[in-house]
Amino acid sequence: MADLLDGMLRAFWLVVTLDSDLVEITLRSLRVTLTALAVASAIALPFAALLAVRRFRMRRITIAVLNALMGLPPVVVGLIVYVFLSRSGPLGVMGLLFTPTAMIIAQVIIIVPLVASIAHQSLRELWSDYHDLLISMNASQGQRIKALLWDGRRALLTAALAGFGRAIGEVGAIMVVGGNIDHATRVLTTAIALETGKGDFAMALGLGFVLIAMAITVNLAIHWLGHTESEGRW
Amino acid sequence: MKQLLLGTITGLLLTGAAWADEMKLAVTTSFHNSGLAEILLPEIKADLDLDVQLLVVGTGQAIRLGEAGDVDAILVHSQKAEEKFLAGGNGTHRREIMYNDFVFIGPKSDVAGVAAAKDAASALQLIAEASAPFVSRGDDSGTHKKELSLWAAAGLDAAGFDSWYRAVGAGMGAALNTASGMEAYIMADRASWLNFGNKGNLELLFAGDPVLFNQYAYLPVNPEKHSHAKNDLAMKLEAWLTSDRAKELINAYKINGETLFVFNAKQ
Amino acid sequence: MKTALFPLVAKQAMVRRRGKVLVGPIDLTLEGRGTTVVIGPNGAGKTTLLKMLHGIVRMNGGALEWACSREEAQRRQAFVFQTPIMMRRSVVDNIAYPLQLIGVARAEARARAALWAEQINLGDALDRQATLLSGGERQKLALARALIREPDLLFLDEPCASLDGRATREIEEILLRAAASGTRLIMSTHNMGQAQRLADEILFVLQGCIHEFSLAREFFEGPKTTQAHAFLRGDIVE
Repeated sequence: MADLLDGMLRAFWLVVTLDSDLVEITLRSLRVTLTALAVASAIALPFAALLAVRRFRMRRITIAVLNALMGLPPVVVGLIVYVFLSRSGPLGVMGLLFTPTAMIIAQVIIIVPLVASIAHQSLRELWSDYHDLLISMNASQGQRIKALLWDGRRALLTAALAGFGRAIGEVGAIMVVGGNIDHATRVLTTAIALETGKGDFAMALGLGFVLIAMAITVNLAIHWLGHTESEGRW
Repeated sequence: MKQLLLGTITGLLLTGAAWADEMKLAVTTSFHNSGLAEILLPEIKADLDLDVQLLVVGTGQAIRLGEAGDVDAILVHSQKAEEKFLAGGNGTHRREIMYNDFVFIGPKSDVAGVAAAKDAASALQLIAEASAPFVSRGDDSGTHKKELSLWAAAGLDAAGFDSWYRAVGAGMGAALNTASGMEAYIMADRASWLNFGNKGNLELLFAGDPVLFNQYAYLPVNPEKHSHAKNDLAMKLEAWLTSDRAKELINAYKINGETLFVFNAKQ
Repeated sequence: MKTALFPLVAKQAMVRRRGKVLVGPIDLTLEGRGTTVVIGPNGAGKTTLLKMLHGIVRMNGGALEWACSREEAQRRQAFVFQTPIMMRRSVVDNIAYPLQLIGVARAEARARAALWAEQINLGDALDRQATLLSGGERQKLALARALIREPDLLFLDEPCASLDGRATREIEEILLRAAASGTRLIMSTHNMGQAQRLADEILFVLQGCIHEFSLAREFFEGPKTTQAHAFLRGDIVE
């Protein structure tokens, strides 16, 4: 119990004094996760829309596999990415291992199934609504996807924010491919793991509270930018 | 507003430029937990203008990273594993740098009476006879291998122990956390113990037997096997680690007034 | 000089679902002038027939031929559904959407949509979310959206089914204007008064088949079949 209180005080102190290490790893956490989110959304959202409007034989299996991939253990993804990016691996020459880029790659792989699955479900409902109308208007496949993505953007935002939540708290994969190198690839979650391992629970909790506060702030900011809950919009 | 956001994002993406030399060194969790790295790294940066990026992993993973050529050198404490590493052509040579010691930690109540043991072997025999809860690293690390060799030297087979012997498969800090939570005995390196923040009801019960001696060695990755390995920087670092300056810093490093490491590199 | 869309010829056209024949087999020739009103009891297949002619319901037999190519025909028709489908965007963006589909610049599309919105009395609701409109307003919007591309042919499936008198009147006015400017209308309705007001010819559908197809005046003065008689009287016809 004392640890929790201690943790909150630590968090408060770190933030108020703008501790330089904290600022550095927080910015790095944001950079890695937001970049991963942007890339993952660019892949997952159009894919989800395509999956919703296009009928093809393997569709049911594709959707099932996509849903199942949401349960992929992040550390397994990390190991697979490590094997590829390792100097002894096929992509070793790119020298990406133990860099933030490797962390971004791992996180993209982890959150694409999640974002795509959630987006697909809501886009499918929207499509069942729009189906007759858009076909009647002779909209092409690309135009249908565009209409779904634009009109369904609030649900897509939810999908993206779910992806953000998953990524910002992820620690297993980025530990393996990033190496938690001080001043290079250390982020909030890996720092928390480190402090926990050292037995410094107060510090670990402090960083944890900062992480939670940051996640809430990002979510609020995105909701504010998106004018959700304002008059007449849902 | 959108411009501001875009600008910030671009700024964040560009903060990656580095101007000093840099190399990657895999070190064990035991070494990192001692806190010695926080003393040495800034001095290395000042003296050699070299950024040493530490990957803090278990001995097994450090060896694997060295074999794969994902780091430029490794600093570990398991002679058998190091010799195997060299035999496989993965490293150029091994250079002893310093040693610290392992200690036995246990609950204040000390049900097995370890504090009064005359040497490490008898301490372990006492624990086994009392079937007192004992936490093992269980992760094939240098510390774990040392622990297993000590059980063997005491005439006991760790593989045949009952449930009082708990192999957690984790790093030193995590294992200490578990021991603290279960009030169990555990073998730790002195440095990690002194720096450990969650001691609870545990205390240092036994130390000093020469067999608990823990040698750290530095092995540069073989540039013939991995041409991109920064061997020149690795050698530069080795020269520094075996210099008088390093000797001074290592021998002077204390936690709560206790020295942890003894510099023993042949200069 | 545009190629003619009509005559539209259906030969033995049939729609079957889950083993049951919904429409057909139908032999029908529709020419290019006037307003055709499809009437018949519930479940007779009016909606399916309209959708089949429009091409959004797959046929299971027979053929449907336009005077021009199918692609050309698809571009020059529009459909107003019984329950109007509102896109989740503003009124003006809804009406402008068909124009954006054919590549009209956004500003121009919205300007033209605004004019249409005026015509249907939604001029001061341009930026309101379409999903917040009342039933009558939605149907008017759907109609404006269907007419904005000036289609040669407009299908309507019971456009005034759940509307009050005023909304019905407004919609009929728009339809009459469209018909007067040359748009071919094919619509279904339950409202015999509406059928009499708007129709040039009547298609009486029963159990998926065309029971009678004649000029409106002739039909209402004296239908040829007993079922049509019974239907006009208000009896339940199966």
